[in-house]
Amino acid sequence: MSHHIVEVENLRHVYTDGTAALQGVSFRITHGESVAIVGANGAGKSTLLLHLNGYLAPTSGKVRVGDLPLNKDTLREVRHTVGMIFQDPDDQLFMPTVYDDVAFGPFNLGLPPEEVDERVMEALTTVGVAHLKDKSPHRLSGGEKRRAAIASVLSMKPDILVMDEPSTGLDPMARRQLISLLRAFTHTKIIASHDLDMVLDLCERTIVIHGGEVKADGQTLDIFTNEALLSECHLQKPLSMQGCPVCGKG
Amino acid sequence: MNVDSKFLGLGYLDILSFQDTPVHRLDPRAKVLTTIVFIVAVVSFDKYQVSALLPFAIFPVIMIVRGNLPAAYLMGRLLFVLPFAFFVGMFNPLLDRDILFRVGSAAVSGGWISFFSILLRFVLTVLAALTLIATTGFIGVCTALEMLGLPRVFAVQLLFLYRYLFVLAAEGGRMARARSLRSFGDRGMGVKVFSSLVGHLLLRTIDRAQRIYMAMLSRGFHGEFHFRRPFKMGFPEIAFIFGWSALFILFRVYNLPRLLGGILTGVAP
Amino acid sequence: MHMADALLSPAVGGIMWAASAGAIAYSSRKVRQQLDDRKAPLMGVLGAFIFAAQMINFTIPGTGSSGHLGGGLLLAVLLGPHAAFLTIASVLVIQALFFADGGLLALGCNIFNMGFFPAFIAYPFIYTSLVNGKSGRGAVTFAAILTAVVGLQLGALAVVLETVFSGISELPFTTFALLMQPIHLAIGVIEGVVTAAVVSFIVKARPEILESGPEAGTAGRYALRNAAIGFFCAAIITGGVISRFASENPDGLEWSIARITGCEELHSPERGVHAALAAVQSKMAFLPDYSFKKNGESKTDAARETAGSKAGTSVSGVVGGVVTFVLALLIGLVLKRRGEKG
Repeated sequence: MSHHIVEVENLRHVYTDGTAALQGVSFRITHGESVAIVGANGAGKSTLLLHLNGYLAPTSGKVRVGDLPLNKDTLREVRHTVGMIFQDPDDQLFMPTVYDDVAFGPFNLGLPPEEVDERVMEALTTVGVAHLKDKSPHRLSGGEKRRAAIASVLSMKPDILVMDEPSTGLDPMARRQLISLLRAFTHTKIIASHDLDMVLDLCERTIVIHGGEVKADGQTLDIFTNEALLSECHLQKPLSMQGCPVCGKG
Repeated sequence: MNVDSKFLGLGYLDILSFQDTPVHRLDPRAKVLTTIVFIVAVVSFDKYQVSALLPFAIFPVIMIVRGNLPAAYLMGRLLFVLPFAFFVGMFNPLLDRDILFRVGSAAVSGGWISFFSILLRFVLTVLAALTLIATTGFIGVCTALEMLGLPRVFAVQLLFLYRYLFVLAAEGGRMARARSLRSFGDRGMGVKVFSSLVGHLLLRTIDRAQRIYMAMLSRGFHGEFHFRRPFKMGFPEIAFIFGWSALFILFRVYNLPRLLGGILTGVAP
Repeated sequence: MHMADALLSPAVGGIMWAASAGAIAYSSRKVRQQLDDRKAPLMGVLGAFIFAAQMINFTIPGTGSSGHLGGGLLLAVLLGPHAAFLTIASVLVIQALFFADGGLLALGCNIFNMGFFPAFIAYPFIYTSLVNGKSGRGAVTFAAILTAVVGLQLGALAVVLETVFSGISELPFTTFALLMQPIHLAIGVIEGVVTAAVVSFIVKARPEILESGPEAGTAGRYALRNAAIGFFCAAIITGGVISRFASENPDGLEWSIARITGCEELHSPERGVHAALAAVQSKMAFLPDYSFKKNGESKTDAARETAGSKAGTSVSGVVGGVVTFVLALLIGLVLKRRGEKG
């Protein structure tokens, strides 16, 4: 099951305009782990995520997914293994109907139509939007869009799920439902988010990125109680861990 | 028409197309082909034809009724797009004053006849287009056209455009509103502010294209789009195409209203 | 300046459909050959962008009225001719279907008038050669205005010609042209100014977008000219084929063919399929007679006579018409009742 491992070694990325977005990031995520990547705006989270499925190529350093070093030849294989869920579901759901969108990946894998159909229905049922399959994405609610976007990745049967801000734009109810959905997944999960309460719910491990470097990597609970670290990285304790503003008790 | 309400209209037609009626259930190809036959038959009359055009109204009327479409709403849409045909047609009564016939003591000139003919053609052709989209939906029309030979690249383009129309219209609408809330009278409405607003919108749009492309790549895109074609041409479709087409040809060849009028008034036509 | 179905004859509509369909097929092949996958989503969202941009108005200086971006030229600058043409065409398809701007038969005309001229004539021959690597605001503005004006003038002229050849409107060529051309001169200048302003904004904010953008170099131009010639030939041939099926009255198109070829009519064998078709045609008068007449010149007696008989000379035409209309409405109402019960 070494497929599910993600290893990043001394990763640096400098954009063409000279911005050094990542300056030597290293970590190793093993099978079945659920890891949060947190950091302020501009810390380098998105740049890091875009390396994990090879959309960006490292300026220096290495990315390994499973047994494969990420390079031009392994790109297809890696993209099959790593399912990427983007921040804005409107960017991810580009096909005319939900069904077509979820079928997009499996068709690109070259699967026969019957198997595509099976996978689409399975993925849609898993996230609970099978009844919306013939709808246009622009007719869905925020929560439904997010679920459809997740289904569009699940249908490729990835081993690793990478998510960028999965809870943005959701109302509290939809957010709650999303969290329990994600918790049920057995995939290796990498979640970049500002929603530290969700991180606390979902991820046992957290990597803090600040200024393109790893500032901390450890148990989520340890990191969220380290107030000096959090304020240095422009973060704030999750609300559920803050004292009650009315009675002052924790 | 105010652009905001224009988009509301677009969304409404889109919603209408998601209904489930016998007309909606037909293969889109049948509706596209029949609509084409209809339009060609209507516009192929010579310019002084009025009476023979009237029976054609039966097609949109039946589509509206069987497709459960709001007739009043469609009429409203008609009025919004009337101006061009109206203004061009308006010159006919002024320029063509040859008297064609008299009703009692009133002389009717060729110009008036051809003007009414233009208005009638306008109503019929535009209604046909509106009922097509309201009973078939844009995706249906595109898929039908693709199956009828439209280049794949262009079909993909139409579907992409349609998908992001609503997303970007919302973005453009928000920008226009934000500006009008802070501009008083004509201030802030000049070309300079406009170009920076539209420029920003354009940059955001290009960034979005890039993100979509990333999403496509990360799901293994390598240049091919796959279409689902859940349609089939069965007996209802064949009957629909040939039944209507036969009727249109009948209407085209025989001026039924004149025959009818002849019988009713007892005058041989 | 959307051409409308109501003003169009099937022959003109068909020719323009053929020309636009050819241009779409050609552009689709070109875009495919460029093998730039990025273009698919970019063209799609830029098409949607045109609608979004049209929601933002500006005040036209000195008039107090407001205008909005047309977008054809901007698309050409961003995408190059082929992709821009497809994008404009897709915008017009949406307008025809949802906003009923023009109509389905007129779609061919509209795609040609508003897509072909800016993307394949004005942009490559004027804009690229005038701008030619310069990015100064003055150069861009001048080029954009000239390009927009030429594109729109050609488009407006095409609307006039299509209307006159269709013969549904009585407007004589000169009058209609004198109405359309000056209006579109003004629209063209505004479109040019606005496009230049947006292009300058992009050049300042993110110059790389335009540098990597269109590929309309001199290399593409030769192929382009061939394509243009090809379209016109296709259009003329289609027109010729359709006009063979036309009524036997000498009409505008045949008249001009006669002038060109020197013979009165293109002769067709009077037997078999042709004869059968001719019989159908004489019944259906597939092509209404073009009255290609000059200002004030009145129709021939024969034309007036046929027109008179076709209009339903007697009261019976009017009575029958009213009865038919009422019948159509009644059928609708009955069906609706039944539908509500069932």
